[in-house]
Amino acid sequence: MEATAAKTSVQTAPPQKRPWISPTNRRRLANFRANKRGYWSFWLFMILFVLSLFAEFIANDRPIVASYKGEILYPVLVDYPEEKFGGFLATTDYRSDYIQQEIQANGWMVWPPIRYSYQTVNSNIPHSAPTEPFWLMEKADRCAAYPQKDQDPNCTLGNLNWLGTDDQARDVTARMIYGFRISVLFGLVLTICSAVIGVTAGAVQGYFGGWTDLLMQRFIEIWSSMPVLYILLIIASILPPGFFILLGILLLFSWVGFVGVVRAEFLRARNFEYVRAARALGVGNWTIMSRHLLPNAMVATLTFLPFILSGSIATLTSLDFLGFGLPAGSPSLGEMISQGKNNLQAPWLGFTAFFTMSIMLSLLIFIGEAVRDAFDPRKTFG
Amino acid sequence: MPSIPERRSGEPMTEPLLSVRDLSVAFHQGGDTSIAVDKVSFDIHPGEVMALVGESGSGKSVTANSILKLLPYPSASHPSGEILFDGKDMLKASEPELRRVRGNDVTMIFQEPMTSLNPLHSIEKQIGEILELHHGINGQAVRIRTLELLNQVGIREPEKRLKAYPHELSGGQRQRVMIAMALANRPKLLIADEPTTALDVTVQAQILDLLRGLKGEHGMSMLFITHDLGIVRKFADRVCVMTKGKIVETGTVEEVFTNPQHAYTRHLLASEPRGEPPPADPSKPVVMEGKDIRVWFPIKAGFLRKVVDHVKAVDGVDLELRAGETLGVVGESGSGKTTLGLALARLISSTGRIAFVGTDIDKFSFKEMRPFRDRLQVVFQDPYGSLSPRMSVGDIVAEGLKVHERSLSADGRDERVAWALSEVGLDPATRWRYPHEFSGGQRQRIAIARAMVLKPRFVMLDEPTSALDMTVQAQVVDLLRDLQKKHDLAYLFISHDLKVVKALANHVIVMRLGRVVEEGPADQIFQAPREDYTRALMAAAFNLEAVEIEAISQ
Repeated sequence: MEATAAKTSVQTAPPQKRPWISPTNRRRLANFRANKRGYWSFWLFMILFVLSLFAEFIANDRPIVASYKGEILYPVLVDYPEEKFGGFLATTDYRSDYIQQEIQANGWMVWPPIRYSYQTVNSNIPHSAPTEPFWLMEKADRCAAYPQKDQDPNCTLGNLNWLGTDDQARDVTARMIYGFRISVLFGLVLTICSAVIGVTAGAVQGYFGGWTDLLMQRFIEIWSSMPVLYILLIIASILPPGFFILLGILLLFSWVGFVGVVRAEFLRARNFEYVRAARALGVGNWTIMSRHLLPNAMVATLTFLPFILSGSIATLTSLDFLGFGLPAGSPSLGEMISQGKNNLQAPWLGFTAFFTMSIMLSLLIFIGEAVRDAFDPRKTFG
Repeated sequence: MPSIPERRSGEPMTEPLLSVRDLSVAFHQGGDTSIAVDKVSFDIHPGEVMALVGESGSGKSVTANSILKLLPYPSASHPSGEILFDGKDMLKASEPELRRVRGNDVTMIFQEPMTSLNPLHSIEKQIGEILELHHGINGQAVRIRTLELLNQVGIREPEKRLKAYPHELSGGQRQRVMIAMALANRPKLLIADEPTTALDVTVQAQILDLLRGLKGEHGMSMLFITHDLGIVRKFADRVCVMTKGKIVETGTVEEVFTNPQHAYTRHLLASEPRGEPPPADPSKPVVMEGKDIRVWFPIKAGFLRKVVDHVKAVDGVDLELRAGETLGVVGESGSGKTTLGLALARLISSTGRIAFVGTDIDKFSFKEMRPFRDRLQVVFQDPYGSLSPRMSVGDIVAEGLKVHERSLSADGRDERVAWALSEVGLDPATRWRYPHEFSGGQRQRIAIARAMVLKPRFVMLDEPTSALDMTVQAQVVDLLRDLQKKHDLAYLFISHDLKVVKALANHVIVMRLGRVVEEGPADQIFQAPREDYTRALMAAAFNLEAVEIEAISQ
């Protein structure tokens, strides 16, 4: 029987290949594309995000490439000690006149478009910080602090502060780029981690039901009724602030949001006949959960993700604003907002932070809307 | 309401109550237009029962829904036609005019009585609402009229039932309530869309009896939509046969049944499940044996959740099944047939000895059962629910192989899948497609292929044909019989459809309330049933008669 079976299947085997994307997902993709606003938001956001991942090449206080005495150096990637250029410090300040002259005399260097990193202090501001964007100043005032005034070789576009400086004379543009990156990365990591934990917890509860469900449900009720903000403040005052500590603290509470939808989806789907059929085939619990039930729950989860992401970003920003967020000196939009609040005479601080936040969150919401519509079963299966 | 004289079928026509002329229905979706109903015409005269027969997807429900304009406009439209009710064109009627007709002159009852009733309101409130809305009566008068209606539709002790919620009623009772609601306004025309399909045969017979009685009492006309030719023959005056959106044959029931003109009608009439099961061979080895199987669900009460009683879903059933044999399990819904099957397949816990190919499996855990699962397979009732919509057919069929034959290479697995699909009469080239691209009958074939690919010895078939159209049922029955002959399979065939059981089973168990009422060789059970309950079941299934109601209705 086996042999004949093999033969018939060879004869009837289709040349057809398995499609790469299932028809359902193809229709979802088409739905997503059909939503013009969401689709463009997605690409715009992706471009901004990918660009910000290379922030070191866009805004940095060290050149991208330099040639010094016939040697090609990559200061962006490598920390060269100053003695390489005849100095004595452990790190090189490429912005200092001495190093610049030394390199220019023995080769050349290529600067990024913005010659400030997020914590570079501009020592040549024309008046006390915060200073306004250069295009709000008279041409003569812009480089007033440089030795040769506006004839100075350093009085270039890359050295001018496009969006001004903050109250510690740091470049706002650079801080904005780095701040955007850290916000999105923080949001992404937090969202993905809470999705993994939340989906797992919801899946276990929904699939096994009974006592497991009951106990975890009660635990979640108690857990989610904790005053999150106060706990954050208490923990933040004990542990040293940092990216991962903050992530961990927020993660403690943010996974709960996913449990409800996933649990409901699993509770509903575990009685489906195809799940029962899989059990009758002897398929194990975890395989059933991941192969048959998880795809159902993924729709709800994916729909949630962009909104959770924007929520995480807003949380981080608000913590930074209150001063309980990232360590001092980190490029953070929340800190920029609080500077804007403290320096009402420097509206560029507040405006920059406001526009960055609102554009970023709007893009995410538009994407989220499009994703939600794309996964709408009435549109997919209707 | 004008009284309409009783009219027998075949009498000269009076003015028709409802006249459908050249009705077409088109559905638009994303630029595509599909014609669901294509220029159908028929008349319904006062006091007449018109049956609209056809398979699923033939457009019969769409036709019925267009009479009251209940389709999802504007994605549905009527390119042509008119529907004259009492001389007025319903398609051109305004929304307020339609509302006056809906639920007043024309009412509908639907297939699924659970979803047609609002689960949050008591039946008194639901019936009363209609009376208040259309008759403007309230208070005590509503109550009196509601009781009257419930009495009329044969609900026992209606005073006690007034406060009941839909979930507290049985399927038959719910359908009776639906009928009571439909009758509340003494309609001239009742549209019944498969009103008995979701019900047990015995209850179906009672509901048909009730409708017949009500028709006589009120002289109302009825448009009866069904796929069951047995009901049409018993119940209707005239019949329209629909297929693919067209009416292919119209005539009185006698004409159509004795002298069908159209090929499709003949096909439909010839599609009852036929044939005899292969004879049982007592020398074959016993595959499945059960001794005193019990499935009791505890009822807990009180603060400490003490077990006060049990729901005895299956209460002491013995059975023995040899290779190449089919054991039919019949009974009304709630009789414990499916529970028994699940217990034998070790999908729910039970007590009592279950021996499968000589091994006692009743104490095995899910893990210990795994080595046996390839030889012990299950096919479920609903082919729409039992296939994961997100997996391709090939993946669905291969799933069991991944568990039981891990040594098989991807190509070897693919070969086996192709073999199983051709075994059930499907083109193996379809294995990259997804379940929603297949019809109900094809899906059930896929479900059977999923079981067959593991080369089982025992297959539990849980109502595998009841969700399928009549013509497809016959094909699936033939397929099952062929597979049994070829592979010497033992079937446990669970069904409430005695016609199908008759075509497949060697041995029959009749269950009621978890207990075996009667068992014996199929011939004996069908020819000479001993118990009243079995006789009532037979009468309801084969003659659609609600005889000896005392024996069955609970």
